[in-house]
Amino acid sequence: MDKVMRMSSEKGVVIFTKSSCCLCYAVQILFRDLRVQPTIHEIDNDPDCREIEKALLRLGCSTAVPAVFVGGKLVGSTNEVMSLHLSGSLVPLIKPYQSILY
Amino acid sequence: MNTTSTHFVPPRRFEVYEPLNQIGMWEESFKNNGGMYTPGSIIIPTNEKPDSLSEDTSHGTEGTPHKFDQEASTSRHPDKIQRRLAQNREAARKSRLRKKAYVQQLETSRLKLIHLEQELDHARQQGFYVGNGVDSNALCFSDNMSSGIVAFEMEYGHWVEEQNRQISELRTVLHGQVSDIELRSLVENAMKHYFQLFRMKSAAAKIDVFYVMSGMWKTSAERFFLWIGGFRPSELLKVLLPHFDPLTDQQLLDVCNLRQSCQQAEDALSQGMEKLQHTLAESVAAGKLCEGSYIPQMTCAMERLEALVSFVNQADHLRHETLQQMHRILTTRQAARGLLALGEYFQRLRALSSSWAARQREPT
Repeated sequence: MDKVMRMSSEKGVVIFTKSSCCLCYAVQILFRDLRVQPTIHEIDNDPDCREIEKALLRLGCSTAVPAVFVGGKLVGSTNEVMSLHLSGSLVPLIKPYQSILY
Repeated sequence: MNTTSTHFVPPRRFEVYEPLNQIGMWEESFKNNGGMYTPGSIIIPTNEKPDSLSEDTSHGTEGTPHKFDQEASTSRHPDKIQRRLAQNREAARKSRLRKKAYVQQLETSRLKLIHLEQELDHARQQGFYVGNGVDSNALCFSDNMSSGIVAFEMEYGHWVEEQNRQISELRTVLHGQVSDIELRSLVENAMKHYFQLFRMKSAAAKIDVFYVMSGMWKTSAERFFLWIGGFRPSELLKVLLPHFDPLTDQQLLDVCNLRQSCQQAEDALSQGMEKLQHTLAESVAAGKLCEGSYIPQMTCAMERLEALVSFVNQADHLRHETLQQMHRILTTRQAARGLLALGEYFQRLRALSSSWAARQREPT
């Protein structure tokens, strides 16, 4: 889906979320702790919500939200993000986008 | 209801010594039941013939001794017989009416019970507190939920037994001489054993997420340290770290990084849980309180609760990954010592629970 492709290839860390999703919130907190400011797309307020969800699933995301993209590439949902982080592979991935301050 | 009717009394009771008229009543009532039961050997002093088979064949043998008594009195007092027969008919009729009334009463009660059960189910679905001062989820007898949880508890019992066996084996083996290969297979088994628990919990969470969230299957001391339905991964690392000495520099770095990322992931999930609690509380309190009707709030709150299952799964995923990373960083021998230490730590917590419970029971 074009919209999803366009939004996901934005620079830095992009996360598709829903306002009611608390796991999405948890993932955002994690990135904030890693000194990253992700671009958040809350899809439940988008008229194309259903299509976006389907597109995200088709792209290979285990659950539609949260869907995390880094540098245009799909990282995955909560499971994948947690696994990457514990194995130490997440930080090198987001290093270019980490804020130097604090 | 006073079941003095001869219908309900087993024929065995009617010994040879029973008064004759009672036997008559018994026979008469059976005879009047459209020939439902006419024992072959009891002969009414008329031209009755035994036709249909009885349901209770034992009466057939019992009846034989009385035959002779009846025939003896028949010839001497025909009027008395007639009067007695009439009384029997009346008694039998009344007996049948009583039985009918009783059965009708049973039917009504049965329907009422079904209706009550349905109401109860409906109320439970709506989330109303239904119980006798104990958490209703722990007390469910009738619905399907409980059987899955009962199965989980049984499986967990076996899991603990196997866990204890594995710990003993590790202890024995580590105190002696053991090859790395043998140790590796023990370590693999121990890891798989933990992963199996996570799978069991995932299935149980689908049945009753509150049960898993509250750690109901765990002992009290374990529950004290509960974090989203299990142990804190960061706590686990803290307990195990001293047992890994000596660590290489690379290992030390890896372990430190693991501790930090584990803590960060834990914090993120904890904050997500807080948000879930907050939004759930908002849903429950939405609209006007004190109005007495709250169905829309229940519906919204139920939707929020669905997220709880995902959180429990994520927490277990975190535990899974923590164990996995530990396994990657450590040598086989270090991993074996670590798993032994971990297993013993939980054993001690369980023992603490028992000791504490025993202490509470002691008279002071």
